[in-house]
Amino acid sequence: MAMFSQNPLMNGPNYSFNEAPRVNAPEGARQHRFDPYTDNGGSTLAIAGADFAIMAGDTRLTSGYSINSRYHPKVFKIGGTTADQKDATLVLSVVGFMADGEALKEKLDSICKMYRYRHGKAMSVEACARRLSIILYQKRFFPYYAYAILGGLDEQGKGAVYSYDPVGSYEREQCRAGGAAASLIMPFLDNQVNFKNQYEPGSGEGHALQERERRPLTRAEVEILVKDAFDGAVERHIEVGDGLQMMVVTATGIEEIYLPLKKD
Amino acid sequence: MPGFDFSNYNRNAALHARGVPLPKATSTGTTIVGCIFDGGVVIAADTRATSGPIVADKNCEKLHYIAPNIWCAGAGTAADTEFTTALISSQLELHALSTGRKPRVVTCMTLLKQHLFRYQGHIGAYLVVAGVDPTGTHLFTVHAHGSTDKLPYVTMGSGSLAAMSVFETQWRGNLTRDEAVALCSDAIKAGIFNDLGSGSNVDVAVITAEKTTLMRNYIRPNERVPKLQSYVFRRGTTAVLNEKVIRKEELGNFITVQEVPVAEDKMEVDT
Amino acid sequence: MDHRPQNWGRPRDDVYGAYDGSYLQSSGPKQATQSPIVTGTSVIALKFKDGVVMAADNLASYGSLARFTDVPRLRSFAETSVIGFGGDVSDMQYLNRHLTDLSIDEAYAAPSSTDTTTSPGAGTLNAANLHKYLQKLLYSRRNNFDPLWNQILVAGLDSSEAPFLASVDMRGTAFTSPSLATGFGAALAQPIMRRYAETDEQAAQLSREEAVKIIKECMKVLYYRDARSLDKYSLAVVTKAGVEISEDEQLEQQSWAFAERIKGYGTQTV
Repeated sequence: MAMFSQNPLMNGPNYSFNEAPRVNAPEGARQHRFDPYTDNGGSTLAIAGADFAIMAGDTRLTSGYSINSRYHPKVFKIGGTTADQKDATLVLSVVGFMADGEALKEKLDSICKMYRYRHGKAMSVEACARRLSIILYQKRFFPYYAYAILGGLDEQGKGAVYSYDPVGSYEREQCRAGGAAASLIMPFLDNQVNFKNQYEPGSGEGHALQERERRPLTRAEVEILVKDAFDGAVERHIEVGDGLQMMVVTATGIEEIYLPLKKD
Repeated sequence: MPGFDFSNYNRNAALHARGVPLPKATSTGTTIVGCIFDGGVVIAADTRATSGPIVADKNCEKLHYIAPNIWCAGAGTAADTEFTTALISSQLELHALSTGRKPRVVTCMTLLKQHLFRYQGHIGAYLVVAGVDPTGTHLFTVHAHGSTDKLPYVTMGSGSLAAMSVFETQWRGNLTRDEAVALCSDAIKAGIFNDLGSGSNVDVAVITAEKTTLMRNYIRPNERVPKLQSYVFRRGTTAVLNEKVIRKEELGNFITVQEVPVAEDKMEVDT
Repeated sequence: MDHRPQNWGRPRDDVYGAYDGSYLQSSGPKQATQSPIVTGTSVIALKFKDGVVMAADNLASYGSLARFTDVPRLRSFAETSVIGFGGDVSDMQYLNRHLTDLSIDEAYAAPSSTDTTTSPGAGTLNAANLHKYLQKLLYSRRNNFDPLWNQILVAGLDSSEAPFLASVDMRGTAFTSPSLATGFGAALAQPIMRRYAETDEQAAQLSREEAVKIIKECMKVLYYRDARSLDKYSLAVVTKAGVEISEDEQLEQQSWAFAERIKGYGTQTV
């Protein structure tokens, strides 16, 4: 059929006096076309320490220029046996489109719970990280528009942070910032956590200078970095603010901290 | 005829058609308000300037001088509000000199609306014009397309609805000066805390027949919280790959040097 | 003669131009996508000490036409919760029908529904459960590209009998706050309500009378400034004692006195 069509968009020369037919309605004719995604703003941050992992996120939920909620958590405990998650061992943070983020959280949580009932032990962070990647890739052509970070303690008891893109590519990292202010926070983290661009004073000349040696940060140091990172992001990003929620994963459990941020 | 230079228009249109995005202008996603009281008029503004979701300036000035007795609050494209008010200010000054009379607010408003109408909304200036002249106290809004409005209380910018909610619940006739200042700053604060395009501080200007009082940073409800630790690096932390020293005496070989006294206006930095 | 039978009996392309078949949409996925037709504007709600107050005007607009002026947009659920609908009215009526079915099923299933010693609706879905249910419903509809074009507020009590207020929109985005507003109300009413109840602690200080007064004030501002609003509205109060909905409230003490002082829009003085 298409072979014989004189529709110039399909094939063949066209002798029409008119222009090519419109493929779709003229520009601006459709007032509302359903867009299944929105961006709810906000930012997240995770840092792994020697024997702990800290996951953090601001608590503002936005759409456009308005604030939907000043307290809407982005950081969740995952895989506890009860509704209040008091025996959970993993933490997931999501940012981007919150409906997708929360659907993702609930899916991963129920999978971790099922694993726990079946095997009589909590899922390891490595296993959960791979499972999360698979969940994300399963929706490759209608993705969860969410930037996820998973935190916990690995089988040696070291802090572990896994970061994801919306379709499931993932990597274990020392630290990661996600969401609206990721590009503001990440360079700060590179410099202050991984000591990038820092050299030992007097250890040599020019290229012979020795890089400042990396050392695992203490929990107190990391908490300060997280607060300062968010205070900085709040100053320069309009979608970040209101409150800072932190979850500290240690061998003894998960501790939750809430600190106020600027509200403008 | 002086005016804009359109010589790059065709080049830019061709670039745009090939997918090169237009440069992003700094906009003052803004809350600005004005309110008449017995004996004068108050205008107020927030101080945040944005470029997309990024705060470009945390303490910019959105109250513009037009004449000693006429001031203007501007929302929209920062450059357009700046240049439009400066242009009209200049024309009004010349007009005042040639007529030998004090400039009038309606004259200012008419110049602005005719200028903006000519550019069919392409000059993105949204203004609140206020002033006191021999004919009385006046308050107008001027939209980018050239329409104007005359009301006892007005708001504009992305925070205009938040600010209007304050006026619609608290405004009444026959306000005193202090009441009008409080009402306007409350309206701006509603914008600062409820509209993401607005933030930081409140600027207020009070115009009466006698004088204009500009109260820069009248309220500062959003002081920056101090950092919890110092981020000063040890000397020598940054690698020096290449070094070339030019002595001050040799500087004249490269550039023309002119000594200027250093102003005491330090940038805000962490210690 | 054109030797291709496909072209027989058709207007000649060389004379009339190629046929515009774009509206046929013969390929691609089924287009369940729609747009709102008859719509309701803002819904606003505020928590107080013992419950939640909610309001929405009774107007259903057809574009800019004030088409139906007696359409209540608040409904109760199981005598324990209130639901307010913004957005498309036909989708609201679909949800209304669906929720009625659900409440009947729940009432039969709940063992305590015949037990008069407990509070009304005990044993059935509370407001928090209902909100979660609606969030899942709207999210699954958006996943099928067949959205219900509404923004919904749910008010009532949660499982610990504390005041509960939450919102869900056509994409399944759900959130809670001491005060909530949909549509125009998010820009106009929310700043007013936040002045009184920025936090849950502040909301817990409000009495019922204060909360109703604030909501009425917000409805007045919305009528002043929202061109798709009406001065007839519904007001609901939900507490432990149950749900009270009044569907024929009228805005009182409007102030248009400033209007007579306004002359023109610029240079006019008379």
